[in-house]
Amino acid sequence: MRIEKQIEAMRKEKKILLMTHQIIGYPDFAANEKVIECFYNNGVDLIELQIPFSDPIADGPVFTKSNQAVLEKGIKVSDCLKFIERMASKYPIPFLVMTYYNILYQYGVEAFIDRCKEIGVQGTIVPDAPLDEARTYYDYSCQQGLAAVSIATPYSDPKRLQEIADIGSGFIYYVPRKGVTGSKTTFGFEILDGIQKAKKETGKTIAVGFGIQGPEDVARLIGTADIAIIGSKIQQVLETEGLSGLDQFLGDIARVNKEE
Amino acid sequence: MKNKMINYLGQNGYFGAYGGRFVPEILIPAVDELNQAFQEILRDEDFYKQYYNLLMDFSGRPTPLTYAEGLSAYFGKAKIYIKREDLNHSGAHKINNVLGQGLLMKKLGKTRVIAETGAGQHGVATAIMAAKMGFQATIYMGAEDAERQYANVFWMKQLGAEVIPVTTGTATLKDAINEALRDWAGNFDNTHYALGTACGPRPFPEMVTFFQSVISKEMKKQINEICGKNPDRIYACLGGGSNAMGAFVEFLQEPGVELVAVEAGGKGEASGKHASRIAYAKAKTGVSQGYKTLFLQDDDGQMLDTWSISAGLDYVGVSPILAHLAETKRVRVLAATDAEVIEAFKLIISKEGLIPALESTHAFAGLFREIADTKPEDVIVVNMSGRGDKDIFNIGEALQDQGWKTFVTERGKAYAD
Repeated sequence: MRIEKQIEAMRKEKKILLMTHQIIGYPDFAANEKVIECFYNNGVDLIELQIPFSDPIADGPVFTKSNQAVLEKGIKVSDCLKFIERMASKYPIPFLVMTYYNILYQYGVEAFIDRCKEIGVQGTIVPDAPLDEARTYYDYSCQQGLAAVSIATPYSDPKRLQEIADIGSGFIYYVPRKGVTGSKTTFGFEILDGIQKAKKETGKTIAVGFGIQGPEDVARLIGTADIAIIGSKIQQVLETEGLSGLDQFLGDIARVNKEE
Repeated sequence: MKNKMINYLGQNGYFGAYGGRFVPEILIPAVDELNQAFQEILRDEDFYKQYYNLLMDFSGRPTPLTYAEGLSAYFGKAKIYIKREDLNHSGAHKINNVLGQGLLMKKLGKTRVIAETGAGQHGVATAIMAAKMGFQATIYMGAEDAERQYANVFWMKQLGAEVIPVTTGTATLKDAINEALRDWAGNFDNTHYALGTACGPRPFPEMVTFFQSVISKEMKKQINEICGKNPDRIYACLGGGSNAMGAFVEFLQEPGVELVAVEAGGKGEASGKHASRIAYAKAKTGVSQGYKTLFLQDDDGQMLDTWSISAGLDYVGVSPILAHLAETKRVRVLAATDAEVIEAFKLIISKEGLIPALESTHAFAGLFREIADTKPEDVIVVNMSGRGDKDIFNIGEALQDQGWKTFVTERGKAYAD
């Protein structure tokens, strides 16, 4: 089933969906697997798996160092794809691959999309593939029924926002502020207004990422965003509180959907 | 005229298959704003006058074209002329670009400048520009480079810039560019990213080339005054490509002028420790740091470690304009090894009384290798992009100079006590 349909079905059950993130191979595959199991057990709705890249310009310091640590161990793209394949066959959750454009470019953009489809991935997120530079990537993904998630920001003017909505598929990844991943975002009225505007103008499912720190931020997004994306904070929780800490963190977020 | 140059170079930020602007969506308005301002100044003669006046008053342009009498006599072949970018204020061609971008910043109303630096010359130039124009400056420098080139770090700090050593990745120039791009993504409202070379997302390759074109504009006039003709060949070193583009651009449409760029051959082709993207044919087309060009990368597309005795040439990618010019055979690309560079350095300093930067010495090394093929009536220009004072530690070590070693050891001891 295409991811749009899955999201639509899930949205009927929940006020807001949760997408979580892992860098594949960090700290190692076994740890990734335990974390993904924890995601699944806590009712996470979508999982974003990042294939490391040597020059991840959209990532903040936490993820930059993790990308590098994985590459220093000699982990290859093929190892990451094998791992994703195993996870996608084990857990009935939509998996999305996040990586940088050069990884696709060297693999062959179409071959990479074909491979993702073959291993059960539902979509891809490529932050350095702007719509005007990577048309083949968006068009071919669309043709193959795989989501090529496009990215919008509060600085996207109405014309560009529409183009972003038209070219991408699955949902729109909305980056609510300037900067890179990792630092906190304050979800004030201005940001919420921007999200609402993007949703209204495009009519698409809106996922909000960058700087979500916990249940309070997720609760703030109810009624405006469809999906909350948590990345760096999960790595931070894991590093300071371990798997049990993550279990509790995700449990607290899941309760957001049950609160009146 | 200036527009004609840009049209010849590329269309919509592409130079053949290379170029573009592969930046995260958050940076699109920033690169758009910059591109628009750049397109405006391209058509603005007054801006160019203001820019060139600043170069004359502040940086010391025009720089001379010096006849290399000693070297020419030593080889007994072509007449060698040296374009003296080392005589710019700050000691390198980098200031040309930075002063231009500083004026552009004023036009854009930005108050803070960020920059990356490899050898430190671009960082020092940016810090000078910021001090002169009243901007706040933050310079990103690979931690390894900051160690190799501490003299430049010292000057940047004295000039009031904040210097941030970058420890991620390979801790060299490419990682400093990544950090600068990240900073820009967070602060583009008030901050301009003064990229130092003809690389990166549109419009940087064209814009940096435009500001560096003063080199070949002057060179063309000077050599024609002296010799009554264009040079037969021009040699320039090739890291990112700003001095090479500066030296070549006015001659691109002069088919009689052979353009030769010299990359960092490091410890040689077989060693894998070099920064030669084109000459050793080791690079593949890829997308990184906001643009598409030839990058040294593995089969997965991960960028590889590079090596050069010269921090300024130690870069994993190359200007998309030069990638295209090499592909279309308009520019011929060589690589000079560290060992060849040291030998060339000894020859230049002894025959000419000049102290070239290790970067620029690559251009000389390329010429020396090929000079046997030239005739006495040939005229060759070498672009000496910078002076070598900053390289004293590397050169002292490479030459195994005992007096220098003793001096450094004694100084170290004095500080330790």
